[in-house]
Parts: sequence; C-alpha cells; structure tokens
Amino acid sequence: MSKKQKAILTISAIIALAFGIVPGAGAMHIMEGYLPPTYCIAWGAICLPFLAMGWFSIKKTLDKNKKSITMLAIAGAYVFVLSSLKIPSVTGSCSHMTGTGLGAILFGASSVSILGLIVLIFQAILLAHGGLTTLGANTFSMAVAGPFVAICIYKLCQKLKVSKAVSVFLAAAIGDLFTYCVTSMQLALAYPSAEGGVMASAIKFLAVFAPTQLPLAIVEGILTVLIIMGLETYAKSELTEIGFIKVV
Amino acid sequence: MKATKKKVAVLLIITILIILVPLFALKGAEFGGSDDAGSQVVSQIKGGEYEPWFTPVMESWIGGELPGEIESLIFCVQTGIGVGVIAFFMGRFVERKAQDEKKKGITR
Repeated sequence: MSKKQKAILTISAIIALAFGIVPGAGAMHIMEGYLPPTYCIAWGAICLPFLAMGWFSIKKTLDKNKKSITMLAIAGAYVFVLSSLKIPSVTGSCSHMTGTGLGAILFGASSVSILGLIVLIFQAILLAHGGLTTLGANTFSMAVAGPFVAICIYKLCQKLKVSKAVSVFLAAAIGDLFTYCVTSMQLALAYPSAEGGVMASAIKFLAVFAPTQLPLAIVEGILTVLIIMGLETYAKSELTEIGFIKVV
Repeated sequence: MKATKKKVAVLLIITILIILVPLFALKGAEFGGSDDAGSQVVSQIKGGEYEPWFTPVMESWIGGELPGEIESLIFCVQTGIGVGVIAFFMGRFVERKAQDEKKKGITR
C-alpha cells in the first residue's frame, strides 16, 4: 500500500468515526426517505473506509494481472442478476437476493463493496428501489456487512476442512441472510418501539424480513455453488491468478 | 463428469422448486415486496402513516410513481446486462477449454 493510499484510508476512517459515533450507534433496501438524515450521513460515513479499501483492493488485483478484470466483471454481473430477480417466498411476499457472496469469496469482502455500490446506485436512481438518501445504510448492509460475513464463514469452513461446495453454499447463504439482519437492525435503530426500544423493533423488522429471506438465501447459496463449479471447470487459470485456487 | 452433471441438474431442480412452491402453496397471496412490508412495520411502530422526507429522484423527474411495466423493463435491463456479461465470458472460457484440449490432442 502506498503512502497516498494509506492517507486516504486514514482520512476516511476518521470521517467514519467522527460521523458514525455521533448519533449514538447507528432490505434489504431501506426505502428512500425512510431514514432520518443523521442516520443517512452516519451510515454513509461508516461505508467510506470500506469503499476506499475496496477501491485499492480492486486496483491491486488489476495491477497484478489485467486479465483478472474478466473475473471481476463476472462477480459484478452476478450481483446485477441476482439483485434484479424478485422471488416469491413462503411468507407470501417477494424479496430478492444479494449476489454478493460470490465476489466476496473470489476477491475478498472489500472489493464487493464497490460492486454492490454500483448496483445500489442503479436501482436507487432508475428504479426508486432503495434510495439515494439511504444509499449509505443500504451499502453497509448489502455491500459491506453481508460480504464480510460471507468471507468469514468461507474462511472458517476452509479451516475446518469442510468441502468446498458446502463452504461456498454456507458463505453465500449466511451472507445473504445477514444482510437482512443488518437492515432490520438499521431500521430498528432509527425506529425504536415505544415499549421495548430498539430490540423490540429489531424483532419486529426481523419477523418481516427473515422468514421471507430464508428460502432465498438457500437459493443464493445453491446458485453460487453452481457458478463456482462452472468457473472451476472452465476458468481454472483465472481462479488461480486471483488466488482462489491454490497451486499445489 | 457425469456425476457433476447430475449434481448440477439436482441443484437446479431444487432451486426451481424453492421458487415455485410458494406460488402454488399460497394461493391468492399478493407477493408484494418485503421492502413494502418493512414500511408497514415502520408505520405500525410510529403509530400512523410515515411520511418519507425524500422522494426518489426518478419519481420527482417524471412526476409520479414509475409505471409497473416500465419498472419491470428496467429490472429486465438490469438482469440482461448481468446475464450478458456472464454468458459472454463463460462462452469464451468454455470455447477456450475446448481449443486447449484440441491443441493438446494434436501435439500428443
């Protein structure tokens, strides 16, 4: 990491701390205009260091080998596809997947934050889905927290010598679910219940999001396993290049 | 190779079942977005309709809500971009592998 990169990271971290702590702590997509302005700024600020890290991480990957851009494009396209598919769920309402697990497993959590941000901006501007004011909060849940958990689960599974397919499945599925848990918490922090406060609200929001998302998380897990299988068969050299397949 | 094909087929069938079963099991369900369900909870907690303080930029540009058909068009464009990119690169990878194997066959 160069000096300049370090400086930018430090500055963004300071901004995050300065703005992030002020409100006292802190859907997948939270609807436009549904978070009070202070929360919008706080979540946006918290995302900054992750986005900066993601930017440098992507740059490093590409500097190492320009060809890695194909894998990056596939990871980004995967987020595009999965987050555009609204899928009916057992609760009688629809939701959509995140698709961030694949990128997290391939490139690490921080790179995905950039990919996720692109998708979120697309949906916020063109589709009125999510929103520009809630962009920070949505970026944090979908493009920072979810992928981060996904890569942790994946690494843990690898340590425990779980088979690759199962680790990929668990990572993608739990990452997807966690995104919604974070969204629930974000909404709960902004809307504490009159009785019971933040926790009571969080349970209410989770009750809406979690059962809907559970089957979708399983679908996302399966799809991610499938695409990894496909890539392992046909793009071995690229996967080796980005360090996903270790050379024996 | 055969085992892999079988695995892929089984996984795809499971995926399709998970997606389709709710549609048949819950007859007459509305299947609205869970994002909307979220806003209902907000009104419930707040006790009364919540007025968002910012309207989506697209809605203020066209002066109203995005028509349903247009919304699905844009969602399709999003899916299309994604699928296009994945299909393009996967196609190249598959063909490259075939070519590589052919070359190896000749030199051998």
